[in-house]
Amino acid sequence: MGCFLTNSSVGKKLVMSISGCFLVLFILFHMSMNLTMIFSREGYNLICEFLGANWYALAGTALLAAGVLVHFVYAFILTINNYRARGKQRYAVTVQEKGVSWASKNMLVLGMIVILGLGLHLVHFWSKMQLVEVAGCEYATLTLDGVTATAHPANGALLMAFTFSKWYNVVIYLLWFAALWFHLTHGVWSMFQTAGFANDTWYPRLKCLANIVATLIFLGFAIVVVVCYFKSGEYFTEMANWHPAH
Amino acid sequence: MAYKLDAKTPAGELAQKWSNHKAAIKVVSPANKRKLDIIVVGTGLGGASAAASLGELGYNVKIFCISDSPRRAHSIAAQGGINAAKNYQNDNDSVYRLFYDTIKGGDYRAREANVYRLAEVSNLIIDQCVAQGVPFAREYGGLLANRSFGGAQVSRTFYARGQTGQQLLLGAYAALNKEIAAGSVKSYPRHEMLDIVIENGEACGIIARNLVTGEIERHGAHAVVIATGGYGNVFFLSTNAMASNGSAAFQCYRKGAGFANPCFTQIHPTCIPVHGTQQSKLTLMSESLRNDGRIWVPKKMEDVEAIRKGTKLPSDIAEEDRDYYLERRYPAFGNLVPRDVASRAAKERCDAGYGVNETGLAVFLDFKTAIERLGKETIKQRYGNLFDMYEEITDVNPYEQPMQIFPAVHYTMGGIWVDYNLMTTIPGLYAIGEANFSDHGANRLGASALMQGLADGYFVLPYTIGDYLSKKIQAPKVKTDTKAFDEAEAGVRARIERLFAIKGNQSVDDIHKRLGLIMWDNVGMARTKESLEKAIVEIQALRKEFYKDLKLVGTNESFNVELEKALRLEDFLELGELMARDALNREESCGGHFRSEHQTEDGEALRHDDKFAYAAVWEYKGIDNVPEMTIENLDYEFVHRAQRNYKD
Amino acid sequence: MNFTLKIWRQKDAKSQGAFETYQVNDISADTSFLEMMDILNNNLIHEGKEPVAFDHDCREGICGMCSMHINGHAHGPSQAVTTCQMYMRKFKDGSTITIEPWRSAAFPVIRDLVVDRGAYDKILQAGGFISVRTNSVPDGNAIPIPKADADESMDAAACVGCGACAATCKNGSAMLFVAARVSSLAKLPQGRVEGARRAKAMVAKMDELGFGNCTNTGACQAQCPKSISIAHIARLNREFLAAKLKD
Repeated sequence: MGCFLTNSSVGKKLVMSISGCFLVLFILFHMSMNLTMIFSREGYNLICEFLGANWYALAGTALLAAGVLVHFVYAFILTINNYRARGKQRYAVTVQEKGVSWASKNMLVLGMIVILGLGLHLVHFWSKMQLVEVAGCEYATLTLDGVTATAHPANGALLMAFTFSKWYNVVIYLLWFAALWFHLTHGVWSMFQTAGFANDTWYPRLKCLANIVATLIFLGFAIVVVVCYFKSGEYFTEMANWHPAH
Repeated sequence: MAYKLDAKTPAGELAQKWSNHKAAIKVVSPANKRKLDIIVVGTGLGGASAAASLGELGYNVKIFCISDSPRRAHSIAAQGGINAAKNYQNDNDSVYRLFYDTIKGGDYRAREANVYRLAEVSNLIIDQCVAQGVPFAREYGGLLANRSFGGAQVSRTFYARGQTGQQLLLGAYAALNKEIAAGSVKSYPRHEMLDIVIENGEACGIIARNLVTGEIERHGAHAVVIATGGYGNVFFLSTNAMASNGSAAFQCYRKGAGFANPCFTQIHPTCIPVHGTQQSKLTLMSESLRNDGRIWVPKKMEDVEAIRKGTKLPSDIAEEDRDYYLERRYPAFGNLVPRDVASRAAKERCDAGYGVNETGLAVFLDFKTAIERLGKETIKQRYGNLFDMYEEITDVNPYEQPMQIFPAVHYTMGGIWVDYNLMTTIPGLYAIGEANFSDHGANRLGASALMQGLADGYFVLPYTIGDYLSKKIQAPKVKTDTKAFDEAEAGVRARIERLFAIKGNQSVDDIHKRLGLIMWDNVGMARTKESLEKAIVEIQALRKEFYKDLKLVGTNESFNVELEKALRLEDFLELGELMARDALNREESCGGHFRSEHQTEDGEALRHDDKFAYAAVWEYKGIDNVPEMTIENLDYEFVHRAQRNYKD
Repeated sequence: MNFTLKIWRQKDAKSQGAFETYQVNDISADTSFLEMMDILNNNLIHEGKEPVAFDHDCREGICGMCSMHINGHAHGPSQAVTTCQMYMRKFKDGSTITIEPWRSAAFPVIRDLVVDRGAYDKILQAGGFISVRTNSVPDGNAIPIPKADADESMDAAACVGCGACAATCKNGSAMLFVAARVSSLAKLPQGRVEGARRAKAMVAKMDELGFGNCTNTGACQAQCPKSISIAHIARLNREFLAAKLKD
């Protein structure tokens, strides 16, 4: 049975659906974790510490990476298939059909924006946190408004405050979240459809759910970024001398 | 040489004939079936069901259709339903009653034994279709639903919304696909049969043109089945599909097969009226609408004029000023009289000047009473798609204003003569469905065309063809490099070259429209000796003009729709004349054939059973020669012929 | 009414095609779109030019033969109708109308606006049937079927096989067509018997013939002349996955 996931169109779509579902769940977790930042930088760092270079955190990271990779690779395989199926000759005139969302027709582009954003995000955070810890590199030194601090890998809050003190990072991240919002408005209900759990009664409900999830995720992430921008100095100073408990 | 017609009607009691016959005819063993080839031309209900059933039996079947897929055949457009004598409604229906209604509806011009067999197998068709997954309408209890149809006082019509023909065809097409997948049937879409090949007096194959490449192909077989439908498009404007044609049947006629009762044409009462000279197709509104719709014209001429001018809306006319002329003339059947009666009644009112549109050729079909009685929702459920279609075409909302309807050419009861085995006068050549003449007499009842196509294809031909093929089990594969094939192919090529060589000024449609007008005006709903004689002269002249002035563009060696149309028109130009000749010969009125000279005092069709209780079978004698007529007497053993009465 | 028509002309499958522009004048608003094409063709013939080849037959919206992509819409801008059921009153007088054939790798152009939809037949041949022999069946009322199921089966069975779904889909996916057949039979007890085999065989054939993958845009449903719902695609997915998981 293993092969239908790689050689049939519906099977391949199921892989997209399941990997997508997994990523949505991860993002929801990530968002909840980020929200801690607003209430308690210390608490936030506790979670960062927990997710440091431990075997379970590393295994989780690997699984996550695999999820992203599968979703990404399958998206390309399917898109290449679809491109071929469309034929060489294209329509001279095309329109947006009634009731068809813009996002649904641009999932690959949106996905690529999300991936690019992810790359930047890894550079901003993961490479300075889990990676530093695993590789045993030297800790970086950050300066904001004359305050200098050593960036301990588990001092996520410091890194957040530092990163989002720059307005351009805020703009880039907000754009990234917007792309994710579009991607999810189609992706979330679509994963039910692909797995076969949908019908005419449930379409409005599933689409509503998709919009709620996408919007929650957008707001959850965006609030933290915006708050960090406005309070970057305060947070940076607060966390400049933070050291892990262990 | 006149035909020696032998209908091969089995002896015995009416109800026993078919079983006796089946017991008496020969069968072919499975091992021998594998060696026998059958060609089926046409993939409508008849052709598809026959090919699928024959394939299942083990014969090697080739099917040919002119469209891109067997599923496009015009059977698909039948809306209303299919009759069967199931008596599921407990309204005292029976095989005999269905038989009797069909014989009577056909104005006693069909063969008794054939019609009885049709009624007998009708029940099997429903079972077969249900098993194939045809989603017939059902009641809340989960059992099959029925509705009533013209010409019957019981509810015996099974239906799938307004798409019964489509669903039945998809069932037959699915059965066909099953056999194509199994390898017993090979499909040749976008192929048109251009000639039948006869060797030693027996059908042995066809010449077909590949409509994509223009290639002329030879296909041999031990038997050929023609299932290509009717020839209503001779009128140019009809409810038939654009590509429906009489050419395959006409080639058989040209090669010696008898053509029976060509003048029996059905004019369907409920079509959307013609709107202008640029129209190319008439749209049928299902007969099922007459279940709840009431047909009327205003009683007062001033109302007619006001409606035409647009100063009054039809809904403004008071109840007492409406003439529900069908209910007035035929109280027992009311709006559900047979099609020929309803059509003629509409013509009578319009001839009297009460036509309700600018052309004076329209009457109202009104749902006001039904909406009041049942509510808009129920009407919407029953006819929603038809109402939407009407509004799309006419821009009038039929929930608020009555529909305008007028009769239009719909079906041809006449066709290739066949015996009880459905074999034509040429051994090995069979004709089924609308292409043959056998079951509907002079008028077909609604929901009976689907019944006949499937009866022939599923339950009759697969048995009767074995009787002939049992003699062929020693015959080798048919060779296609024989003289007969050479000549047939050369004939087809010469015909095509001749058309290209004309290089005149009129397009196929230009000439076809003129033929259509001649036919409609003179061989239409009412015919007279004068009109028919005039038609013959005019058609002959038009045919000469065709051969002198046709403008045909393109080449044979390509996808060339104009060439296809030209070849079909060439046949229509002869067929039209044949229809007129047959109508001229039949000096009586019966069913769809109404000779104005022969009517009762109240304007009903007046049959002359003493002189015309026969099928007129015509034999081709060359393009400009008068064909020879042979008669098959229709001896009625079981039914008493009476004047059709739908009044009480 | 007058119109400028930009029509795709292509001699045969192998030739390169191109748009050509034509003018049609004095068209009545009650004329159907295909009658307008008839008028154009008759004019072309009189000019000694080859008429535009296009598929059409019943002109009642049921045979599924007509297949034009008009101004960016499969079957034209009206909702829930086939090309043949469109009337010129839907277009603006004096406007330019662009007419293209179905574009999909699995539907190669035969000539002008005519494409080869044989792939749809092949998919149905792979399993779009119930394997019953003629005459070897129970009474029609032997198996009661809930009205709602029969109705839903009929909703799916309304498919006319015109190809608009695959032609509209940006992925060239035939899922709506395949789903309509699978779903229609899956809703009936008689169809359930070989339901698993059917779903697997038809999807496999669809993939083999080079149709694309469904990404749930719903464009097919929007352009389907019979408004067939993508809920049937969900059912196909369910049928297929359940069948595969049992293997």
